[in-house]
Amino acid sequence: MSDQVESVEARAEKLQGLGCARKRVEDARFTRGKGNYVDDVKLSGMLFGDFVRSPYGHARITSIDAEPAKALPGVVAVLTAEDLKPLDLHYMPTLAGDVQAVLADGKVLFQGQEVAFVVAEDRYAAADAVELVEVGYEPLPALVDPLAALADDAPVLREDIADKTEGAHGARRHPNHIFTWEAGDAETAARAFDQAEVVAREMISYQRVHPCPLETCGCVASMDKVNGKLTVWGTFQAPHAVRTVASLISGIPEHNIRIVSPDIGGGFGNKVGVYPGYVCAIVASIVTGVPIKWIEDRIENLTATAFARDYHMAGEIAATRDGRITGLKCHVTADHGAFDACADPTKFPAGFFNICTGSYDIAAAHVAVDGVYTNKAPGGVAYRCSFRVTEASYFIERMIDVLARRLDMDPADLRMKNLIRKEQFPYTSALGWEYDSGDYHAAMEKALEAVDYGALRAEQRAGREAFARGETRTLMGVGVSFFTEIVGAGPVKNCDILGLGMFDSCEIRIHPTGSAIARLGTISQGQGHATTFAQILASEIGIPADRITVEEGDTDTAPYGLGTYGSRSTPVAGAATAMAGRKIRAKAQMIAAYLLEVHEGDLEWEVDRFQVKGNPERFKTMTELAFAAYNQAVPGIEPGLEAVSYYDPPNMTYPFGAYVCVVDVDVDTGVTGVRRFYALDDCGTRINPMIIEGQVHGGLTEALAIAMGQEIAYDEVGNVSGGNLVDYFLPTAVETPAWETDFTVTPSPHHPIGAKGVGESPNVGGVSAFSNAVNDAFAHLGLTHTQMPHDHWRVWKTAERLGLTG
Amino acid sequence: MAKSRVSLTVNGRAVEALVEPRTLLIHFLREDLNLTGPHIGCDTSQCGACTVDLDGKSVKSCTVLALQADGADLLTIEGMAGADGTAHVIQEAFREHHGLQCGYCTPGMIMRVHRLLQENPDPTEEEIRFGISGNLCRCTGYQNIVKAVRAAADEIDSAKEAA
Amino acid sequence: MIPGIFEYHRPRSVGEAVELLAALGDESRVMAGGHSLLPMMKLRLAAPEHVIDLRNVEELKGISIEGGAVTIGAMVTQHEIIGSGALAAACPLLRETALQIADPQVRYCGTVGGNLANGDAGNDLPAAMQALDADYVLVGPNGLRRVGSRGFYHGPYATARADDEILSAVEFAVPPRRHGAAYLKQKRKIGDYATAAAAVVLGLSGETCASAAVSLTNVGDTTLFAEEAGTILTGSRLDADTIARASEAAKAIARPAEDPRGPPDYRRHIAGVMVRRAVEAARDRALEVTDA
Repeated sequence: MSDQVESVEARAEKLQGLGCARKRVEDARFTRGKGNYVDDVKLSGMLFGDFVRSPYGHARITSIDAEPAKALPGVVAVLTAEDLKPLDLHYMPTLAGDVQAVLADGKVLFQGQEVAFVVAEDRYAAADAVELVEVGYEPLPALVDPLAALADDAPVLREDIADKTEGAHGARRHPNHIFTWEAGDAETAARAFDQAEVVAREMISYQRVHPCPLETCGCVASMDKVNGKLTVWGTFQAPHAVRTVASLISGIPEHNIRIVSPDIGGGFGNKVGVYPGYVCAIVASIVTGVPIKWIEDRIENLTATAFARDYHMAGEIAATRDGRITGLKCHVTADHGAFDACADPTKFPAGFFNICTGSYDIAAAHVAVDGVYTNKAPGGVAYRCSFRVTEASYFIERMIDVLARRLDMDPADLRMKNLIRKEQFPYTSALGWEYDSGDYHAAMEKALEAVDYGALRAEQRAGREAFARGETRTLMGVGVSFFTEIVGAGPVKNCDILGLGMFDSCEIRIHPTGSAIARLGTISQGQGHATTFAQILASEIGIPADRITVEEGDTDTAPYGLGTYGSRSTPVAGAATAMAGRKIRAKAQMIAAYLLEVHEGDLEWEVDRFQVKGNPERFKTMTELAFAAYNQAVPGIEPGLEAVSYYDPPNMTYPFGAYVCVVDVDVDTGVTGVRRFYALDDCGTRINPMIIEGQVHGGLTEALAIAMGQEIAYDEVGNVSGGNLVDYFLPTAVETPAWETDFTVTPSPHHPIGAKGVGESPNVGGVSAFSNAVNDAFAHLGLTHTQMPHDHWRVWKTAERLGLTG
Repeated sequence: MAKSRVSLTVNGRAVEALVEPRTLLIHFLREDLNLTGPHIGCDTSQCGACTVDLDGKSVKSCTVLALQADGADLLTIEGMAGADGTAHVIQEAFREHHGLQCGYCTPGMIMRVHRLLQENPDPTEEEIRFGISGNLCRCTGYQNIVKAVRAAADEIDSAKEAA
Repeated sequence: MIPGIFEYHRPRSVGEAVELLAALGDESRVMAGGHSLLPMMKLRLAAPEHVIDLRNVEELKGISIEGGAVTIGAMVTQHEIIGSGALAAACPLLRETALQIADPQVRYCGTVGGNLANGDAGNDLPAAMQALDADYVLVGPNGLRRVGSRGFYHGPYATARADDEILSAVEFAVPPRRHGAAYLKQKRKIGDYATAAAAVVLGLSGETCASAAVSLTNVGDTTLFAEEAGTILTGSRLDADTIARASEAAKAIARPAEDPRGPPDYRRHIAGVMVRRAVEAARDRALEVTDA
């Protein structure tokens, strides 16, 4: 009865649907230590695997003697490439159409490469055995400079494919060449540059970094020889894709493989790929018939699984003297390491790098990307961004600042002048994307006003004068960035990985008493899917979010989907959820019409019920309809209330935002303090503002880390540095500033609820804001660009170069 | 290989076991006692995901031998909730203020916050940030953790006043 | 990451510990807080056959301040240094230094003795001890001896401590009331070793510097006592020019290696900046005391 007197607003609030800062349902277990991560999985008789890894960046393997290791008590087996060859598993396919050595075949190509897999009764014995495997190496000259990879005298790295002139993405012109990929029209771009009044050029390098989630990668593989069923628990951002690939590689029929992603301790792209550890654990379980656990340690994680970036971008930007941008060119040398293990859609070997015209209306543009092999770890994943979008955004946002210096224009003014105008959407870029929606000028104006940009510049001018007078040794920098993300891969017509279309899915079952379970093809790694997808559904079907269970990650129960990365969960699986909800509602409407004895068309949906138009006292709530769906014979309608939706998005979504960063640089030490960071994000419809804000905080912190310190570096012989948490910069609460967040809302016109995705935006927009701020601190002295990371010593070197340190 | 006896109190329960001397406390807790709340994140005592409370000190259990805990009173995240299962004030504050995302750092973070608030019941934001600087979080950017800690401090304080 | 196999010993007295060390020989290692040794063992860079854990040796614990002398037992933790009000009153430098070591958890375990004895040039307390002219007490089979902190460090992980000795305590005179001290450390983040750091202790007579000691962290194979820098400051009025010369003198002895914290010229430069800023801070603090 209470339903009848409750207001519409009160009923809507009860649902905790779209727009509600609903507390997370995941937190009850996580705050009590009751999460279930892969290393928490314990099976009877389980053995442990551990790798013998290469100490060399490039070397021939002359011998492997596993006997001393095998003699150690507790050691069950030692696998080498020779053991995998009869199974044809010494190489595995990568997501990028290349192959990767599971265990080194005759030579090693990067420091930390997997050479042998030790299986023992516990992890202590395995660690001891690793020490005892004797491997002979004959060091070879290492290739670590990607810009030298295609030289005539460069050492040949990949002997296994040295003779192949055709790769997965077209012709190869050198043994170390992987692909050349182009977008845009070279001739039009050339013409724009010929006619340009001003041209600025810069080499923009984005260093090699690593997503470094707090939980490393790992798995437990369990082959049940009686039933022929393989179950693998693991840190998989795309469990269904892993199942299909595992089936294709192993020959085990797909119905006999179950992939489970339990709770995942952060992914950020690191857990998209397929790693030798997974393959070795599976093989070892098949061979031994008992479960095998493999968990990498932090050094292994940073040095062997999935790096990101390592893009070296030679840019040219053309403009009129008064600051209208007329052309953009970019040539990228992409360092892919020893194997091409990028996780990009098949047709996009450089990801969506061709979003690099950014948020600007640039009529002519051309990009070309050369992928090359080097003696470094494979990877090239999207570290908290859509495929290569952070690289693209960093490139254009730095180039805009470089051009601003050249034109002696304020960087914010130059941006305002060239941003795509609201009335131009949907906007087709010179590099081929159709931007779905945006109101860039409104966002930029709001941001500049929020930080009082004019006052910041005035303060900076005064500070520079004080510096010149010798009154201070601090320089203030203001960094502005405006980014456009491209997320939600993606339309199956042009997005697939290894032939698997990048749709996603949701399956809903309404229980008779008006609660529900929804299963999705995605997998949360901290994003809070169990909370937010229930909110989408609550708004669609009128059942309170608290009565909707969301499950993901088990391929035996979840519908097929391509997983969570590239901010695709909300744009794709979120859409599938809404669409499945609408199917539920459509059936409920038919039942309601029968029960209320009216035509379906005479009913209208209101919050949690169907009511008769013009007669709202006559209604049926979704709870009533759920019960009726199961328990009342409705002519012509089969019992039950379930729906499934496979959603193939018509387009990507294009979240955007405007960020402003203020830094203070101590020129005597190179120490840079972030005084203020303002982030305005437009991710379309906001499902849960609390979670959005949390995502922005986290993404900005990762951006800070990348811009100010993260680097996986190699010396000339291929020794890696930055491979542990002493040297790899993960900021603590002390180095992390307080973040200011803000938003505008421009719903996506093609997404069922108008949402665009947000998790990665702050990383995409943040890195360039920090970098622009540091460069800006020195701009009055003629500096146009310095390479990241802007750690203390590099910033000091910049000051020294500019004559400030004397 | 020779094993040594270790006896200690874990979450109020007496525990006695034989361990290899090199057994790390984190493995003893996770493997022998099935307390999988504390996690391993870095192996080199940077990240704090393995933090537990040992005789009133926050320690990184990946860098402590089980034998070093002999005779100790040890508290892990599993021992924080009340006997009736009610969440501890700090646990509730983390949920309320969205102080966690993937949850991997959370048990260590909460254990560290527990000790911090015992030692400094009314910390400033700066003191909170310094106090949790031995715990890395990759998801939250710390802002909501700081908020949660401050809220927990207030909650504990008002509970004391009420008492 | 898992340490190799070893045998574990837990003596209850210094005597027993010294006996064990003698009996077990070269392949034994003393463990205090374990936060230097265990990481090395987990990385298998150290593989002792015997570990002698000092945690139950009560006589190595405790801070005493008596008759103008401070004695700190080797097993006093860095956390206890920070928490000791009496020590902070007598010698604020150690609290300031300890707060810059690693992170809170590490400081609960990390000890004064471990930080001083293991000979890692990146450890922070040795520079403070050199600036305070502390003596280390070493106990071995032949009894007890004292070695000055300034002559203790010989090379990377090589010190005046013989293999069969244990560092049991550190002693130093309470600095005069009119002194100022500072430990300035530049690092990339909490938990890091210093890019460069400097400890400075100054004594004032009027506005003249009556005594000065400067020591550097992590810019050479060992902690570096910058004797000449101290000499330059002594007798001066701690003016900018003198401080600059002292800073140059300290820089001149710095021999930092290239590492991810930066190239040698940068780290040497930072050593100079840290010295300058530490002297300025110590001077200002000393002047505050004088005025009070």
